[in-house]
Amino acid sequence: MISAHDVAASRLAAQRRAEAERARSPWALAWRQLKRYRLALAGGVTLIVLYTAMVLAEFLAPYGLDQSDRTLFYAPPTSVHWRDARGHWHLRPFVYAYRVVDPSIPQYVSDTSRTYDIHALVRGAPYHWLGLVPADLHLFGVAPPARLFLLGTDQFGRDMFSRLLYGSRVSLLIGIMVVVITFPIGMVLGGISGYYGGLIDNVMMRSVEVLAAFPSFYLFLTLASVLPPTLSSPQRIALLSGVFSLVGWGGLARVIRGIVLGLRDVEFVQAARASGLRDLRIIVRHVLPSTASYVIVAATLTIPGVILGESGLSYLGIGVQEPSTSWGLQLAQAQSIDVLTQFPWLLVPGLAIVLAILAFNFLGDGIRDALDPRQRST
Amino acid sequence: MLRYILRRLILLGPLLLGITLVSWAAIQLVPGSGNYFQGLVLQYPQISPQTIAALKAQFGMDQPPWIQYFRWLWSILHLDFGLSFAYNVPVTWLIGTRALNTLLLSLTSLVVAWSVALPLGIYSAIHQYSAIDGVLNTLAFVAVSIPSFFSALLLLYAAYWSHILPLQGLTGVDFDTYPWWAKILDIGRHLILPTIALGLFSVGGLMRYMRNYLLEVLKSDFVKTARAKGLSERRVIYRHAVRNAINPLVTLFGFELGGLLSGAAFVENIMGYPGLGRLILEALLKKDVFVVMASLLLGSVMLILGNLAADIMLAYVDPRIRYD
Repeated sequence: MISAHDVAASRLAAQRRAEAERARSPWALAWRQLKRYRLALAGGVTLIVLYTAMVLAEFLAPYGLDQSDRTLFYAPPTSVHWRDARGHWHLRPFVYAYRVVDPSIPQYVSDTSRTYDIHALVRGAPYHWLGLVPADLHLFGVAPPARLFLLGTDQFGRDMFSRLLYGSRVSLLIGIMVVVITFPIGMVLGGISGYYGGLIDNVMMRSVEVLAAFPSFYLFLTLASVLPPTLSSPQRIALLSGVFSLVGWGGLARVIRGIVLGLRDVEFVQAARASGLRDLRIIVRHVLPSTASYVIVAATLTIPGVILGESGLSYLGIGVQEPSTSWGLQLAQAQSIDVLTQFPWLLVPGLAIVLAILAFNFLGDGIRDALDPRQRST
Repeated sequence: MLRYILRRLILLGPLLLGITLVSWAAIQLVPGSGNYFQGLVLQYPQISPQTIAALKAQFGMDQPPWIQYFRWLWSILHLDFGLSFAYNVPVTWLIGTRALNTLLLSLTSLVVAWSVALPLGIYSAIHQYSAIDGVLNTLAFVAVSIPSFFSALLLLYAAYWSHILPLQGLTGVDFDTYPWWAKILDIGRHLILPTIALGLFSVGGLMRYMRNYLLEVLKSDFVKTARAKGLSERRVIYRHAVRNAINPLVTLFGFELGGLLSGAAFVENIMGYPGLGRLILEALLKKDVFVVMASLLLGSVMLILGNLAADIMLAYVDPRIRYD
C-alpha cells in the first residue's frame, strides 16, 4: 500500500533530481549535448588520431625526413602481399623489392624472386624523438634492399608516408600557434575597444576595417614573400604564424568588442567597478570570461583557416621551405599536370589537408551548437 | 536612399587612404627596400638608367619614407602606378585586364555558386532531417573543407583524362583569329574548370546559410498566418518564406567576394589563368614592386566596392534597414 508519506517522498526526490539537473554547470550541459553530434565526435576522434600521429611521427614513419633513394624516384606505392608468386599463403604480410627497369625513367617492376616480411618494431634509421630523445625504433618496416613505401615516393625518392607524418608537425601546429598568439591579443584589444569606446575604439575599429578591406590571401602572399630567404625553418614557421596573426586578429577583436559593448553596463560589471578594481582587471577577469563560448568556437574554426593558409602559401612556394616540409609543400610537387597525371599518389597530402580541415569544421560546428542554449533539448 | 549611398561613399575616403598606406607599407618591409632600386638595376638590365633615374625622382627615392609615400599617393591619384620592371611597361597597362579577368572569374563563380546553393538549401530546409538533407549537409561540410588549390588540382586530374575541356589559360592559341562569337565561346570553355574549382567552396557555405535562414523564417508568425489563410504550401514557401530568408544572404555577398578573390589567387596560379592573383605572385617573386603595390590596392578596391554594392542592395531589398 502506498501511503501519502511515500508519495510525498517520491515527489521530493523527483524535485531534487530536477534541481540537480538545473545545477549542472553549463560546461557539463554542453558536453552532454556535444556527445549527441556524431559528426562532431568523429571530427574530435580524427583530430586525436592525427595529433597523436604527429607527436609519434619519428616512431610511426618507417624512414627519416631526408632519407632518399635517388634510384627510386616517383616509385608507386608498394603493394603488400599475403600470397607469393608461387601461390603460397604467408602468415605475415610481405613485400617485393622494386626493380628498376630503366634508370632514366621512373618505371619499376616487382622482383618476385624473394619476399621480405613486414616486421613490427624494427630497428631502422636513428632519430631524435621530438628532437630530444635518441632512438632507432620504428613501428614497422622491411629489411633492405626492399622498401616499404606505403604512399609511394616523390621526385627525390623520399617516402611520401614518412614525410606526410613529419609534415603534419608544421601543418597541424601552425594553426594552434596562431590561435595562441592571436586570441589573447584580439580579446584584450577588442575588450579595451568595447569597454572604453570613444577615440580608442574608433582608431582600433578603423584599423580593423582597413585590414579587412584586403583579400586576406593577397596580404598573406605579400607579407610571406618579404620574409628573408636566409631564415632557418623554425624561425620561418614562427614568422609565418606572425603573418597570419597580424592579418587575423581584427575579425576576432571586432566581435569581442561587440559583446563587451553589450556587457559594459550590466550589474556585475558595475559592481566590479564600484568595488574599485582597475579597468584592465575588470576587462580581463570579469568581462572577457563572458565571451568564452564564442571564443572557443572561433578558435576551433580559426585553426582550419590557418591550416588552409599555410598549405596554400607553401604550395605556391613562399611558405615553409625545403628541407623541412609541410602538407602544402609536399602537395606542391604535384603542380605540373604531367607529373600529377602520371604519379597520382602525390595528391595524398591534399587529402590529409582536407581531412584535418574537415575534422576541425565538424568539431567546431558541433561545439557551437552544443554551447548554444537555444539548441539545447532536455 | 540617395543620402545613404552618398554617406557610404564619403566614408570610403579614409578607408581608401588606409588601404594605400598598408599597400605601400607592406612593400617597405622588404629587407633593404630603401635601396631596392639599386638591386633592380642589376636584375633588370633591359631598363635604361634614364628610366630608373626618372622613376627615382618621381617617387622620391632619396627622400624620407613619408615623402615617398605621398609621392606614390600623388602618382596613383593621377592613375600612374609606376613601371613594371619585369614587363617594362606601365603598371596601368598590365593590371587593368588582369583585374577584369579576376573579376570575371569571381563573378561567374558567384553566380554559379548561388544558383546551385540556393535551390539545394531550400530543398534541404523544406525536407529537414530527411536522408537527403543529411547527405547534402555532410557534402556541404566536405565542400567548404576542400582548399581551392586542391579542388583545382583534382579537377585538372579529371579533365586531363576526359579530354574535353582546356586545362590552362583563359584563351586558346588561335584566339586572335576567331570571330567575336567564337572568342566568347572560347573564353566560356576556358572558364568552366576555374569556375567549378572556385565555386565549389562557396556552394557549401551558402547552402548551409540558406537552409538555416529558411528554417528560422519558417518558424515565424507570418508564415503561420500565411498557412492559416489557406495558401498553398508552394506559395507560402516561395512567396513568403524564401524571399525573407534571402535578405541576410545579401550581406554575405561582400564576405563571399573576399573569399573568392583569395581563392581565385590559387586557381589562377594552378590553372594558368591570367588574373590579379597570378600577377601579384609573379610580381612578388620578381620583386616587381610597383606591380605588387598596385595589385594589393586594386584587389582591395574590388573588395570594398563589392561590399558597398552588397550594402546598397540590402538597403534596397530590405525596407527594415534604416539608412540615415
